Amino acid sequence: MSPLKRVTYFVGLPILLIVLWYALSFGSTNFFVPKPIELAQTLWTTWIGDRFFDDVLPSLGRLAVGLFFAIALGIVLGLLIGSTRWLRNLLEPLLEFFRAIPPPVLVPLLMLLIGVNDSMKVAVIISGAIWPVLLNTVEGVRAVDSVLNDSCRSYGIAGFARIRYFVLPAVTPQIMAGVRQSLSIGLILMVISEMFASSSGLGFTIVQFQRNFAIPEMWSGIVVLGLIGLGLAIIFQFVERRVLHWYHGLKEITHDS
Amino acid sequence: MTVSETTMNQPVQAVPMLSVRGLQKIYKVPGGEVEAVRDLTFDLAEGELVCLVGPSGSGKTTLLKCISGLMEQTSGTVELNGSKVTGPPKSMAVVFQEYGRSLFPWMTVRANVELPLKNQKVPKNERAALVDAALKSVGLDHVPKSYPWQLSGGMQQRVAIARAVAYRPQVLLMDEPFAAVDAQTRADLEDLIRTIWKQLGVTILFVTHDIDESVYLGERVIVLSSSPTVVQEDLKIDLPAERDQLNTRALPRFMELRSHVYAEIQRAKLGPVTEQITAQRRASLK
Repeated sequence: MSPLKRVTYFVGLPILLIVLWYALSFGSTNFFVPKPIELAQTLWTTWIGDRFFDDVLPSLGRLAVGLFFAIALGIVLGLLIGSTRWLRNLLEPLLEFFRAIPPPVLVPLLMLLIGVNDSMKVAVIISGAIWPVLLNTVEGVRAVDSVLNDSCRSYGIAGFARIRYFVLPAVTPQIMAGVRQSLSIGLILMVISEMFASSSGLGFTIVQFQRNFAIPEMWSGIVVLGLIGLGLAIIFQFVERRVLHWYHGLKEITHDS
Repeated sequence: MTVSETTMNQPVQAVPMLSVRGLQKIYKVPGGEVEAVRDLTFDLAEGELVCLVGPSGSGKTTLLKCISGLMEQTSGTVELNGSKVTGPPKSMAVVFQEYGRSLFPWMTVRANVELPLKNQKVPKNERAALVDAALKSVGLDHVPKSYPWQLSGGMQQRVAIARAVAYRPQVLLMDEPFAAVDAQTRADLEDLIRTIWKQLGVTILFVTHDIDESVYLGERVIVLSSSPTVVQEDLKIDLPAERDQLNTRALPRFMELRSHVYAEIQRAKLGPVTEQITAQRRASLK
């Protein structure tokens, strides 16, 4: 696809929807219905300035730290659990149990344990975002190719070298699939963790607007969240294309033949 | 049938490079046991190129996995250069049939060939030279930056062979390496194996189900019975050392040997061979 065509595909539907939205909300006097132009103005005046530094950046910082630890811990623990049979058998029921607990219910508990601070919010993000990466990694390690495994063994590639050159790259497709899910879970939990006993952050500010009937501002906060999600997706795609170029190439070839 | 004496009658060398003694492998499966390999005994002298041929399902892969230390045998011993094989030995390399699954798809051809050396902490300069030489010897010095999956099946198997060659093993095990490539590529690869064998003086055990291939490649052919497997015949291939696809395959002696092996395989398929019948057969050959 040519770059121009790609851009058209990328922005085509959003533009169409905005136009539709503009037409449908034109002349509406409903206080709760946002209008595109007003919303864009509110977006600008509300979020560019102090709020960006006081609310958006701290939120993004906690999200980044939370996601980093969720992904790193997920991969390390996943490799460990996946490559040790007894550990896997021992932990699997437990992991399924913890995974099934919706992380928002942990917020009050973590508040008591850690206190109302950044660490608590980061812990909430980790507690939810770690699962897709962890479980995918465990599953991926379990399913590594037996012939490749034999190749490694016959050439004496063991221990750390085996992880680095064989297991980790082999599991990367599953890890990336897990990361994709973790990103959106992380974003949700970033907002939720700020809705309880917080005094700053995106989640806090949006709830604050809502309670004060600052409806256009509230809408603009939701748009900011959407934009952050979009940004994460773009970064993810960029990284994924680079890390997994071999995987996509291999798949294309196997589909052709 | 006029087939020369088997190597059973020849003096066995003092310390064989590879020695398999009374190898037995029983798989435990739900509801009982399956005896894949019953009792295998044979030796490979240093620098020999021996082909193992047997009907499909005769436990060839099982045997090779036991020899390479990838699988534990139920009883019997495998000795490499006088020392017992208990795990994958350092001086052994294996080329698998599934070339598509034995090379790392996330590494370039060069990185694939280099990895075992890197793992052995071979110094960088020496490593580069070994990889270059290995890629050249398999005729792949023009694609080091490609990924394995960008290459044809035959070329991928060449990469796997180059990886084994660069590793400089004392014994090279090959498990039906050409079973999944087309006939023309297969002929090229057979000649490649002969060339590499002559160049390196490495001991090669080549497992195949292809009778022509075993006779064309080997200095000796070991015919296996069907499962539970025993050695049905150990046959010396007295063809000239210089072999080529056209002339060697047209030799009357080639025809004779291949017919003989073919008949043995057919006999093997009929069922487990008792020692008695084997003994009678051997007696009649003398």
